[in-house]
Amino acid sequence: MRGTIPLVLSRAASVLPLLPLELVSRRLLANAMAARPSFAARLGEHAGRTFAIDPLDCPFAFLITPGGDGVHVRVVRDLSEAAYDVRIAAPLIVLCGMIDGTYDGDALFFSRDLRIEGDTGAVLALRNAIENAELDPSSVLGLPKPVHRPFNRATEFLFGQLRRALDAPKPSGGKAYLP
Amino acid sequence: MSDPRMALTLGPVLFHWPVKDFVDFYARVADEAPVDRVCLGTVVCSKRQPFRDEIILDTADRLQRGGKDVVYSTLALPTNKREIRAIGEMVEAGFQIEANDIATVHLLDGRPHVVGPFLNIYNEDTLALHRSLGATRVCLPPELPLASIRILATGDDAVEVFAFGRAPLALSARCYHARADGVSKDSCHFVCERDADGLNVLTTDGTPIFAVNGVQTLGFVVTAATREVADLKQAGVASLRLSPHSCDMVKVATVFRDLADAHITADEANDLLAVLSLPGPLSDGYLRGLPGARLLDEVD
Amino acid sequence: MTAARAWNGPELVCPAGTPAGLRTAVDAGAHSVYCGFRDETNARNFPGLNFDRAELREGVAYAHQKGVKVLVALNTFMRAGEVDIWKRGVDDAVEAGADALILADVALVAYAHKAHPKQRLHLSVQAAAATPEAIAFYRDRFGVARVVLPRVLTVEEIARLTANAAPCETEVFVFGGLCVMAEGRCMLSSYATGKSPNMTGVCSPPSHVTYREEGDALIASVGGFTVERFERDEPAGYPTLCKGRFQANGAVSHLFEDPVSLNAVELLPRLVDIGVTAFKIEGRQRGRAYVAAVVRAFRRAIDSMAAGGKVDVEELRALTEGQRDTTGAYKKAWR
Repeated sequence: MRGTIPLVLSRAASVLPLLPLELVSRRLLANAMAARPSFAARLGEHAGRTFAIDPLDCPFAFLITPGGDGVHVRVVRDLSEAAYDVRIAAPLIVLCGMIDGTYDGDALFFSRDLRIEGDTGAVLALRNAIENAELDPSSVLGLPKPVHRPFNRATEFLFGQLRRALDAPKPSGGKAYLP
Repeated sequence: MSDPRMALTLGPVLFHWPVKDFVDFYARVADEAPVDRVCLGTVVCSKRQPFRDEIILDTADRLQRGGKDVVYSTLALPTNKREIRAIGEMVEAGFQIEANDIATVHLLDGRPHVVGPFLNIYNEDTLALHRSLGATRVCLPPELPLASIRILATGDDAVEVFAFGRAPLALSARCYHARADGVSKDSCHFVCERDADGLNVLTTDGTPIFAVNGVQTLGFVVTAATREVADLKQAGVASLRLSPHSCDMVKVATVFRDLADAHITADEANDLLAVLSLPGPLSDGYLRGLPGARLLDEVD
Repeated sequence: MTAARAWNGPELVCPAGTPAGLRTAVDAGAHSVYCGFRDETNARNFPGLNFDRAELREGVAYAHQKGVKVLVALNTFMRAGEVDIWKRGVDDAVEAGADALILADVALVAYAHKAHPKQRLHLSVQAAAATPEAIAFYRDRFGVARVVLPRVLTVEEIARLTANAAPCETEVFVFGGLCVMAEGRCMLSSYATGKSPNMTGVCSPPSHVTYREEGDALIASVGGFTVERFERDEPAGYPTLCKGRFQANGAVSHLFEDPVSLNAVELLPRLVDIGVTAFKIEGRQRGRAYVAAVVRAFRRAIDSMAAGGKVDVEELRALTEGQRDTTGAYKKAWR
């Protein structure tokens, strides 16, 4: 698939322990939810579902349950033993691009750069909630306001380079958080 | 309270039957069918109208002599001046009209009329509004569940329910019969005449799903409200609409008459219907609040 | 509020699926935006979409500050025994400052007209008003100020309707999803899934859509019925029932409609000539990037026409669904 990390790198990453990744993910998600309090409300009945986010080119996957009482995140080596309602699978850079609005989830699904399995309603709810959230890298990382602009700019530049290097799909359009 | 005897209405023939078939059909209906009201007219495509117009007055006469009340059904999706003018002429001539589009309601301008299953009457307010505009009988859209029908019929004694036949689902300006045959609506050669109950449409893995009839799409399954008749009667529904198909409609009418009068049970009614040459299996999905495709007794 | 009123060219009416979407459409150059509440009172009742009461008030404030109007859609048909849900929706939209309500159920139109006599009312495409007589019904009885015309009409029919509807204005879809059946009178979805645009505000609802991989192909089903199959390198799509592939007369085809979408940009000058007041872009369920791109392109086209210039047709071609577009029924050959 377009945007896939070379195999040699994914293999190298498989020796890394998962716990730090889980702690970091939990932090990032908590930041994102704090930045956008209406996110859970927008998910409605689907907030209690478990979403499996599966970076196809990484030796791990995320199980996320947004929930009403705080976000639950687990990182697993593979999904074969896991229970989930929805699985969203794509190369890592594509998944990252969906969170910050680089990519439109619909467009990626239709161009076959993204795979979806399970409750279509839950997928749509998640996609609409993310669309409305207008997340940017600084908010997700919980950085102080003054550094948002330069940091987002820098991140966008880096990601752009990465996308080109990995032959990832072209961005869907402009980002709200970049002037 | 409403008249305890539930009436039966024979809906307009939706399909493009050859004229001879029409004449024979209505002769039998006039003499033998235990229906109270018969709808005549062209509902789906105005191109079919000239064929019907020749025989419509004689047919009406025959039916009235047979003790049936006659209603003239009008187009469900009139679009051009000619079609509207034709409806206007019928309104002016004082015929008892069945309105199937809001334009016709406008032309009727308060005159008493009946409403067919093509107007969006889903709630008590809209029903009351149409009654205030002159509707003396209203046939509800086939997709309404029993729960809604109960609410509507409790407050009103003019409710009719679509109780037999393939449910009309949609209308378009494009003719699907013509399209399936590779021609356009304007030069259609009346290919719709080939399919007396509509042209069957299947999914790519062979599951029957719809039927097309000119610009109209219907469900593949045949609605049969046999299990619900007792409830409908109790709720105060005034009449049941039976939509004509190529099977023996006199038998269908007799089954529903006996069912409405509690001379037979729903199971017996279903058995009697099942031996007729129906275009699809029996269904009451919509009435049970399920997908319209659900068959009798099929759970979701 | 002044910028929108000063403009007397055609009004560009743009979709606002979420609060962020509303801001995007406003910033991209919409003259007005349309949106709905997050419930079954409007015909785009998708999970995660639409506005709660507070979000609508905020959206109206944002739009009005930039001189853009907000139209609130309450265009499904009220459910028996629960008409209050829709009536409260009308009351709340009026209170939030909606510039117009887009309605379909005649009893809701009657309610709005009686309870809020000063409120501007638009007739939704879901009311399927396709003749001068149908439009007159709503205009004369309830003071409806604008009617959104069905997509199954030809340009000639639109011209005739526009002339006859006056002083009621007409609004025409120019871009986005194409509805091949008479809108508001289609039960294909409820046949397959039990949910319909009329009653629940959804067409081919996602709750009943499944995608299944079969080898390299992707099979899309609605309510258990196979509707489409996408081969390995084919772009996928949403399995809207009327856009699926079916068998009839022994042949498989897109019997009802090909999966194309509407792009009437080349007809814009003609539509302006015949007096159409507003151009509507369909797509409340589309992403912000798509909406921004489409709105900007149409705004450029409209401004260009106003200045006496030409309309750039190519710009929008790339944005249509599956890269194939059509002028729909507007040209008669479609029938």
